Amino acid sequence: MNSENKTRTIKVDYLARVEGEGALYLKIQGGKLEEVQLKIFEPPRFFEGFLRGRHFSEAPDITARICGICPIAYQMSAVHAIENAFNITIGGTLRDLRRLVYCGEWISSHALHIFMLHAPDFLGYESAIHMAKDFPQKVEQGLQLKKMGGVLMSLVGGREIHPINIRVGGFYRAPSKQELQTLVPALKQAREDALETVRWVASFDFPDFEQQYTFISLRHENEYPLNEGQIVSNQGLSIPASRFDDYFEEIHVAHTNALHCVLKADHHPYHVGPMARYALNFDRLPESIQWEAKQAGLDRICRNPFKSIIVRAIEILYACEEALRIINTYTTPAASFVEIEPKPAIGYAVTEAPRGILYHRYQIDGEGDIVDCDIIPPTSQNQKMIEEDLKQFVPRYLKLSDERLQWYAEQAIRNYDPCISCATHFLKLNIDRS
Amino acid sequence: MLPGPYDLSLVEGSITTPQDLTRIQQIRAQSNYLVTIGACATAGGIQALRNFKDVKEFINIVYAHPDYIDTLATSTAIAEHVNVDFELRGCPINKQQLLEVINAFLHRRKPNIPSYSVCIECKQRGNPCVMVMGKPCLGPVTHAGCGAICPSYQRGCYGCFGPMETPNMSALGDWLLQKGMPQKDWVRSLRTFNANAPAFKEESDKHELRE
Repeated sequence: MNSENKTRTIKVDYLARVEGEGALYLKIQGGKLEEVQLKIFEPPRFFEGFLRGRHFSEAPDITARICGICPIAYQMSAVHAIENAFNITIGGTLRDLRRLVYCGEWISSHALHIFMLHAPDFLGYESAIHMAKDFPQKVEQGLQLKKMGGVLMSLVGGREIHPINIRVGGFYRAPSKQELQTLVPALKQAREDALETVRWVASFDFPDFEQQYTFISLRHENEYPLNEGQIVSNQGLSIPASRFDDYFEEIHVAHTNALHCVLKADHHPYHVGPMARYALNFDRLPESIQWEAKQAGLDRICRNPFKSIIVRAIEILYACEEALRIINTYTTPAASFVEIEPKPAIGYAVTEAPRGILYHRYQIDGEGDIVDCDIIPPTSQNQKMIEEDLKQFVPRYLKLSDERLQWYAEQAIRNYDPCISCATHFLKLNIDRS
Repeated sequence: MLPGPYDLSLVEGSITTPQDLTRIQQIRAQSNYLVTIGACATAGGIQALRNFKDVKEFINIVYAHPDYIDTLATSTAIAEHVNVDFELRGCPINKQQLLEVINAFLHRRKPNIPSYSVCIECKQRGNPCVMVMGKPCLGPVTHAGCGAICPSYQRGCYGCFGPMETPNMSALGDWLLQKGMPQKDWVRSLRTFNANAPAFKEESDKHELRE
């Protein structure tokens, strides 16, 4: 029998260097890739169910527990959605403070992914611990950057994992100008480290793999997006968060405990995260950072998911720059929050988690209790995109041994920094109702 | 992964699926010491909120095809299923405490993790009491370990580390209710990340019945 006709199955039971528990299944028959499944078997979680009957003020503390890496993202989408329900907009210093704490999370999360999870793929190491033997200074730098993000989250948020200081209406306590200024020297150093990181990761070898993605991200009138903006795409979409359900839908498929998100119009997958933000908001980056991106070999749009590591480094650089800007202009606010009077209402918000847009919707009653809610994390939106990438990418490497093929396939998954824990809890879907 | 047996196994997460049950027994069998870390592993975590309701209801809320979902009706602490040598509490755990626990086991001594309440940590930090300012606080019944961060940020403790050793639950509950806290809010404040910890569960069940 010709070896071309053999069936090869590659099964990775526990994907390494991703957040949470997932598996990969590839079926190759007659020299052709027949099937790709990214399985999420992290146990099902029921956050939207648990939130029913809880008071709105509990939402930031409860949703933070969805993720230990991006708790701020959940808290930010929660507070903005609930404030949206009550027609409240938080401006001025408190708004800046929210951007500041989010910058901390971007720095921490991106540094973790670049140095500990993704760089070992490019340099041929099994893990960051193995990599540390030959690149001790780089691993140290990565840990320092991650620590910087954690310090920002701790000071503004009260704690780096599951911060305690975020509330609907603002903060329990606003830090003083003096407290924030103590971070400036370390942030300046972090900015230098981020710049070095951009240049370092730009020197990696990248497979030639340009894809025509539908990118989705927020876009704000004058800022690189974090907490606010329209949901936009490179196909002309521009909608507020309140219309999310009209344009996107989730499908529950058998092989995964996460739901797959697609565009409602054509059931096509879409791409969220750093590459989407960058492509749709390049002009919102400061000129100096645009220049660094060009020096690093990036165009205004980057379509090679393997190069997402450079985009993440650019975003760390931006987050350091933005944090310094906010601290520089900060004045200690008179009040740390705005009082809120509940009324029956529905509110929506989308914010930019490190891994992409995170949608929250809350329906609240007159007592302030949550009647119903939906949470759609970025990894469930990217999950189908990851499978599509594998379908395009794996066939080019079918001649390789199973071991090498698995290596590349895992790397293609890690391009998205999937957070599997986040992806395992979703909303009820109406698709099978007919 | 290195093959077992292991000197010290750190286990996070609770038991929520049939697979978890077999896996934890395998881990126990291969471990000299087994230490559970975090509220999920030590008390069932936030997932234990399902224990108070019918889990099918939650599956139907979240998933379009409930038949694809394989889960247990409860989320329970590891110590309910296998022998555990030490439980390190917190959602999240305190990293200094984790270092202390690992150190202690390496040196075969008892970990120095205080089991007193958050109130002691507040006194150590010199925080004015938030209850005096009229803010409800779980500090008097909550296990220390966070460093009393919430009172330091002008909010009441919300119980991330679960019950302290021998907490006086009803004294705090009666006081807060007397000060005007609705019964419903007292139940909710005990049912978060350590809802299934016996002291919190007993008190919240008692007040849910009264409600």
